[in-house]
Amino acid sequence: MMYEGSSFMKGMILGGIFCLVVSFFETFNSGTHSEGHEHLHHHLKPVSKDELEKLSESQMSDWTLQVRVYCLIMVTPKLLVHWATANDTWSKHCDKSVFYTSESSKVLEAVDLQEQDEWARLRKAIRHAYENAGDLRWFFVARPTTFAIIENLKYLVLDKDPSQPFYIGHTEKSGELDYVEYDSGIVLSYETMRRLIEIFKDVDRCPERGNALWKTPEETQLATCLKYSGVFAENGEDAQGKGLFNKKSVSSLISDSMGQNPADVVEACCSDMAITFGGMSQSQIQVLMYGVYRLRPYGHDFHDSLTFLPPKDSDND
Amino acid sequence: MKALGARSAFYVGFVVGTCTLYVLLRQVGFTRDLGSRESEAHEKSLLEMVKEENKNWKKERLALFNLNHPHHTGEDGTLADTLYKHVRILCWVMTGPNNLEKKARHVKATWSRHCNIVVFISSVDDPDFPTVGLNTKEGRDQLYWKTIRAFHYVMDKYGDEADWFLKADDDTYVIVDNLRWILASHSPEDPVYFGRRFKPYAKQGYMSGGAGYVLSKEALRRFVEGFRTKVCTHTSSVEDLALGQCMEKVGVVAGDSRDTLQRETFHPFEPESHLTGTFSKTFWYWNYCYYPIVQGPQCCSDLAVSFHYVNPSLMYLLEYYTYHLRAFGYKYRYQPSEPNVIQDFNAPAPGKVEIGDIEEKLGVEEQEGEKKSPRT
Repeated sequence: MMYEGSSFMKGMILGGIFCLVVSFFETFNSGTHSEGHEHLHHHLKPVSKDELEKLSESQMSDWTLQVRVYCLIMVTPKLLVHWATANDTWSKHCDKSVFYTSESSKVLEAVDLQEQDEWARLRKAIRHAYENAGDLRWFFVARPTTFAIIENLKYLVLDKDPSQPFYIGHTEKSGELDYVEYDSGIVLSYETMRRLIEIFKDVDRCPERGNALWKTPEETQLATCLKYSGVFAENGEDAQGKGLFNKKSVSSLISDSMGQNPADVVEACCSDMAITFGGMSQSQIQVLMYGVYRLRPYGHDFHDSLTFLPPKDSDND
Repeated sequence: MKALGARSAFYVGFVVGTCTLYVLLRQVGFTRDLGSRESEAHEKSLLEMVKEENKNWKKERLALFNLNHPHHTGEDGTLADTLYKHVRILCWVMTGPNNLEKKARHVKATWSRHCNIVVFISSVDDPDFPTVGLNTKEGRDQLYWKTIRAFHYVMDKYGDEADWFLKADDDTYVIVDNLRWILASHSPEDPVYFGRRFKPYAKQGYMSGGAGYVLSKEALRRFVEGFRTKVCTHTSSVEDLALGQCMEKVGVVAGDSRDTLQRETFHPFEPESHLTGTFSKTFWYWNYCYYPIVQGPQCCSDLAVSFHYVNPSLMYLLEYYTYHLRAFGYKYRYQPSEPNVIQDFNAPAPGKVEIGDIEEKLGVEEQEGEKKSPRT
């Protein structure tokens, strides 16, 4: 009996020591592991003010032309109110905005793709946009529930070459795959679009109809196809590292900040050069239009190196 | 048999030991981390708040003197700074002991940081916040008493340190830089006051209390003098109307605060209502506004001065929209004219502003403007 008891005790002590050793080893390992993980995450920031000031006038006008944006807005009749709002507000700031719908609506104009499957619809829209791009080199894909400040999108990609593959937005992870979140908008360069058109032909790696049983969201399907084309997701952020693409509304982000940073609510909340917000009502969006494009304090100027003119025939900006 | 028993006992003991210590480590690590992290975060935010405040304000004589006129990274604020120096505004905020943490605190953290001096008027003295109590109680019926005493108080204590005196509620959001743009074209020696002009019950109209109103130094002098000579008294508790009637009696002009496109700058409701709301035809608002009401985007000037019924989260939202969020390189449709006096403000010594000349010119303009205004 005693023999067994002492064996038991010995076992327990050894077990305890084993556990301690393993947990120390684990924390040490996970510490370095998470750091390594961070570096794999691509961060994309706008050009610095200093660099902008060094540019010549001709380079400035080149960049103004190059940075024009084609907006693909993926709508459905169910989202009619959001569709109308996008039509009346931010889409006017795109150089070309095209609404792609699953089925036509009598009320609003759109390219009718006659396709119920979201991934198939996205593919068709991308193909249509690529073919009708003209000399536009940047593409922004969004749902009408997203609000975008296109001028700030242009600022982010200003010094990036669209003949290089870019795939930008708010990045998330699905297993090992980095993808750009659809709800906060997706930015694609011309080269990325070209590679997509190519990879769409590959039925094995980039199928049009996914597995009938397992529905993968379009955002991850897009990321997978792009991965096979050698294009990787990059997180759009400002000079301070604040994310520029948001799927939450401004008021929601402010509320969060009031809880987490009561001493400095606005500074800690959102970027000055934010590009997208989501989940906002029609009224909230009208206030946002007023807040971004009109309301300002007299006597504070920014002397930005580039100028973007207000859209014609519009009175809410 | 015995050996087997001992061996299995050893293994069981090993497993038990591992599990016990695992649970123990998790417990200790978890609670220690959570506990310290939470209290650390709380302490940090309190400390940060106090540090921020001491950087921004000098507390003196129950008022807040602005030490740190906010500047934004990458901006050129020279024009705003010039106006800050030459158009000195004392903001007094109507609040109460129950609203200090709920409302007034957020006013202190946001728009009041653009005033030259800030005074929070309550019913009790609070040297920490700080607030001033002027022998009144709380309640709607006390509003005019608080207002009368507040204006007397600021005239007495800070009359020489400001040119214009703004009254606002703790749920009013004010863009003080835009107020300076309007006031720069007027002299503080003019008997004039500005706000959202309402028309009933007073010949020249009166200014909405909730939307905030601002008195010139001369207007404030006449207000105080009016009470001394009993020309003005506590006629009712309807603060804005009663004040408006007093102003009329002592010859202070109700000014037109609209921008150069005749768009209103002081607003009695929050932005959403003015920009998107359609007020019902029977709503009192329709019969009150002195100037024609515009609904939709042209309701409000780009250089808006105030909004009312603004809760704390809307205050931070408006602060974000006004001072932070912008569209890179965007050329605004509305390009406001620079006030004439800017050249005088920037002139080298002895570049004194010829108050007499400007007053005369503005005095004439004011009367002409009055005649042109539609009267129903």
